[in-house]
Amino acid sequence: MDMQVAKKKLGLKERYAVMTRGLDWTPSYQKMEDIYPYIAYEGIKIHDWDKWEDPFRLTMDAYWKYQAEKERKLYAIIDAFNQNNGHLNVTDARYVNTVKLFISGISPLEYVAHRGFAHAGRAFPGPGPRVACLMQSLDEIRHAQTQVHSISNYNKYYNGMHDFHHMHDRVWFLSVPKSFFDDAITAGPFEFMVSIGFSFEYVLTNLLFVPFVSGAAYNGDMGTMTFGFSAQSDEARHMTLGLEVIKFILEQDPANVPIVQRWIDKWTWRGYRVLTLVAMMMDYMLPKRTMSWKEAWEVYFEENGGALFKDLARYGITMPKCAEQIALEKDHLSHQAWSTFYNYAAAANFHTWMPDEDEMAWLSSKYPESFDKLYRPRYEFWREQAAKGNRFYNKTLPMLCQTCQIPMIFTEPGDATKICYREVDYKGDKYHFCSDHCKEIFEHEPEKYVQAWLPVHQIYQGNCFPEGTDPTVEGFDPLAAVLKYYNLEHGRDNLDFDISEDKKNFAEWRGQATKNI
Amino acid sequence: MAVAAISKYEFAPTDTQDKFHGAQLLYIGWEDHLLFCAPFAFPFPPTMRFGDVVAGPMQAAFGYHPDFAQIDWAKVEWFKSGKPVTLDFDKSLAENGLKHKDVIRFRTPGLAGIEGSCS
Repeated sequence: MDMQVAKKKLGLKERYAVMTRGLDWTPSYQKMEDIYPYIAYEGIKIHDWDKWEDPFRLTMDAYWKYQAEKERKLYAIIDAFNQNNGHLNVTDARYVNTVKLFISGISPLEYVAHRGFAHAGRAFPGPGPRVACLMQSLDEIRHAQTQVHSISNYNKYYNGMHDFHHMHDRVWFLSVPKSFFDDAITAGPFEFMVSIGFSFEYVLTNLLFVPFVSGAAYNGDMGTMTFGFSAQSDEARHMTLGLEVIKFILEQDPANVPIVQRWIDKWTWRGYRVLTLVAMMMDYMLPKRTMSWKEAWEVYFEENGGALFKDLARYGITMPKCAEQIALEKDHLSHQAWSTFYNYAAAANFHTWMPDEDEMAWLSSKYPESFDKLYRPRYEFWREQAAKGNRFYNKTLPMLCQTCQIPMIFTEPGDATKICYREVDYKGDKYHFCSDHCKEIFEHEPEKYVQAWLPVHQIYQGNCFPEGTDPTVEGFDPLAAVLKYYNLEHGRDNLDFDISEDKKNFAEWRGQATKNI
Repeated sequence: MAVAAISKYEFAPTDTQDKFHGAQLLYIGWEDHLLFCAPFAFPFPPTMRFGDVVAGPMQAAFGYHPDFAQIDWAKVEWFKSGKPVTLDFDKSLAENGLKHKDVIRFRTPGLAGIEGSCS
């Protein structure tokens, strides 16, 4: 009779070694540079991939187990939220517009992040970062899916979310987050890791994720809040990975430092420009505010980010120079952004409105330096005009920045009454920018940014109408054709909140739930 | 600097004038009137009379502002790429030296937006 030998159970450390580095091998009949063609051209030098310290020794089997458990809980709560008509418990129907912004502006980025991390993981010769990227890639596609599932309940009742992915690729302002991520995934694997893994996930994530999730919590949106908490442990892992990547690259070779510094400068600015949408969401779109944009910037960037860059100083990394300009913009950013969406309310997939008296008072108190002087007179004028039936809908297309693709709404650093214009001549054509930082990014890689798909120029080139449209026929209405191309229904998905179906339906449904009518 | 790439990196720019069906882009911003959140982008034929740009598309784009009707066009200061420029209303865009993707701004002395707030 054979002796039964008890199988030796592996300790966590050994298990991790076997399931990650143990899966790697040295190729014998293919050259390393053929297998990993993208690893050298960015100029980053890595001498020893084994120096990579995995910050969270997670193995694939454990990953599945944890995530499955988390998602079972998440979906139970989403079901309960849906069955109890949880959408009627939000503060007011204006809140739903933040959800629209999220599903069309942010969730599609989660999907692109999934692709980006899969690509970066494949590109790295080291098994440690490869496995870490694989897991983050899976996190990102799970986040995209759970966000779509959480938010699909709102789509049953409210307008503007019915074709979010189609819109993400077409609607003018969504080219801002889209082109940001396209820029990152078309860079090399190291720049991608610095741009998304570090600058976005580590430095700026608290300004993206936290405002949306705490905004959801403050405004009674259990579904989105639960999703946010469920994703929190993943986000913590992403932040750790982002920091580990930076430290690993910097420790490998001193020649890497200036390259990484340039990427940090670029991507902090690129990310900050995308956060313009978050700034206005915090100050204008949440009926119950959590904190002002300015306060959030001070806590999450100036304090926390300041400490981070102090920590990175020993590698020779300094605070991105754009931080100075951002500090000058913090009194203005959200107001300039909200004015923009108020201008172009006919061409967006969510509603805008003028703040009421209480909200104006809140804005004055949070922005004593700027609000009453510069923005209140504008808003009061718009409000009077709207009351007279003359609500402002700007129907002329704006000039865009070639790099961030945001309309040229930003003012000169230090003078909030003057639009900031910057331009460059390159190979016989002019290119325009909202800031010195966007201009510098262009000047470093003009060949890349001359290809930008700027929505305004695309409309004028005739590329944003439904197939078969003839723009030369008499009475052709370009805005109507563009909205069709966006798959937005005029009068239902766009325009002011006050006249929206969302507002009317919400009042009626909430009435049915709380009154005997 | 050039893009770091694994091979030759050359692509045609997206917004050259030949793509605009005979038009050229002109950007126009009104100083001290940020009620219009950004300067505008317009496609115009280079042969268009500048006076017609002011009377037609500019009136349509900026006319919502109560200051617009009060503009004394003889006193307006024009800028091209931030530098003062003289623009002749009776000449075409091309004759005025305006090329594809040029940006012009105009300042209307005495008019500084809603309650002087530059809005």
